[in-house]
Amino acid sequence: MEDSIGKVVIPGDILQNLDEKKGKIKVTVGPGLIRDGSHIAVTKSGILRHREPSVFWVDCHQKRYVPARGDNVIGIVTAKQGDVFKVDIGSSEPASLSFMAFEAATKRNRPNLNVGDCVNAKLLVANKDCEPELVCIDSYGRSSGLGILPNEGFLLQCSIGLVRQLLRNKFNVLTFLGKAIQYEVAIGMNGRIWLHCHTVRETIAISNAICRSELMSDEEVQIMSKKVVDSLQGFE
Amino acid sequence: MSCLKQSNLRGFACEQSCLTRSDGSATFNQGETTVLAAVYGPVEVKLSKEHVEKAAVDVIYKPKVGIPGCKEKATEQLIKSTCETVLLVALHPRTAVVIVLQEMQNTGSLLSCCINACCQALMDAGINMRCLVCAVTTTVDQEGHIILDPTSKQEEDGKAVLTFAFDSKTNGVIMTTTSGIYSSQEYQECLLSAQHASAKIFEFYRDSILKKLSRVS
Repeated sequence: MEDSIGKVVIPGDILQNLDEKKGKIKVTVGPGLIRDGSHIAVTKSGILRHREPSVFWVDCHQKRYVPARGDNVIGIVTAKQGDVFKVDIGSSEPASLSFMAFEAATKRNRPNLNVGDCVNAKLLVANKDCEPELVCIDSYGRSSGLGILPNEGFLLQCSIGLVRQLLRNKFNVLTFLGKAIQYEVAIGMNGRIWLHCHTVRETIAISNAICRSELMSDEEVQIMSKKVVDSLQGFE
Repeated sequence: MSCLKQSNLRGFACEQSCLTRSDGSATFNQGETTVLAAVYGPVEVKLSKEHVEKAAVDVIYKPKVGIPGCKEKATEQLIKSTCETVLLVALHPRTAVVIVLQEMQNTGSLLSCCINACCQALMDAGINMRCLVCAVTTTVDQEGHIILDPTSKQEEDGKAVLTFAFDSKTNGVIMTTTSGIYSSQEYQECLLSAQHASAKIFEFYRDSILKKLSRVS
């Protein structure tokens, strides 16, 4: 197990002597791993990752989103059904979002949300057997960054691997570009990125830069971001 | 006593993520035979196909020319049951995994090429799998010799065509389909040589994934 961390694993691989190495600490297995009797079996092809003390998962470049509890996602409202909104989050089933799950919402004071609007929400219920449920407030009733996304933004779709990369890596394309260009961004774990810049030119440049950064190393990203910023400011 | 006439598989090649809109895709070549596979899933499922305890696997096979007929429907069923065995369908209840296969060129061993393309596309889509699957086609010619990975002509001239699918964990048989007349001994020998050849395909799978992911690790 220890020696395969950071290496490529494929479905059907068995990770052994996991419990011995970790002694009495409970081992947590994340996506791409499954317990198979006394062993851990790999179910996705990707790179095995590890976080101290004992969390293991497989990093996989997948495009389809499978809801997980606690994920921040960007959804598009597709319907109003009585007390709930139906929100498309890219999963196999639309999620439900109660109109009471917004900051300062009351029975009288409903949020102004229409079909086609984007919301940044958190998954409260994400179970394979039932419908996913979204909320736009935390447990204190505060919005904490969640809520309706303004209409003037741009929504782009990318792979889930790229989103994880952007959220994990501090030195990503967003920070490099952010030093020179002002913009607002919301990243959903479902592979959707909402972007708001001052001009259309900037929006196009940044969205292309984000999509291109997927298979680049940190240095390459830095060079690419510099080029983007230069060309935006008129230097070629 | 039959003997192995052609023990080598034709050269194979694979390209993953060749389509942009699908969740996972792959082209697989075996010699000149080429199949393009696209995988969508887990996606919303039609109410009539929904299973409460598992994902529904839906295989759509598109021939190079014409509309799919009975033969193609039978192929779809075979591929569907093979994929259902290796996929962890219980992890995504009330969803569907849709696999679309497009025949690009057929110069023999089409079914095995389809299954191999499927497996690559499923891996690319990141759908949970118990293990990998690969398929090998063999044929028994008129003299009773066994030919691995036959061309269309060899398939036509032979007296039987046998296709086997194996899993990567135990190397056991998942699926077998045959046509023509053969003895039980010939069947066993075909099975053995196909099983032997499957190791090479699994090795190729691992190499292709290593190559693809070495850039990001």
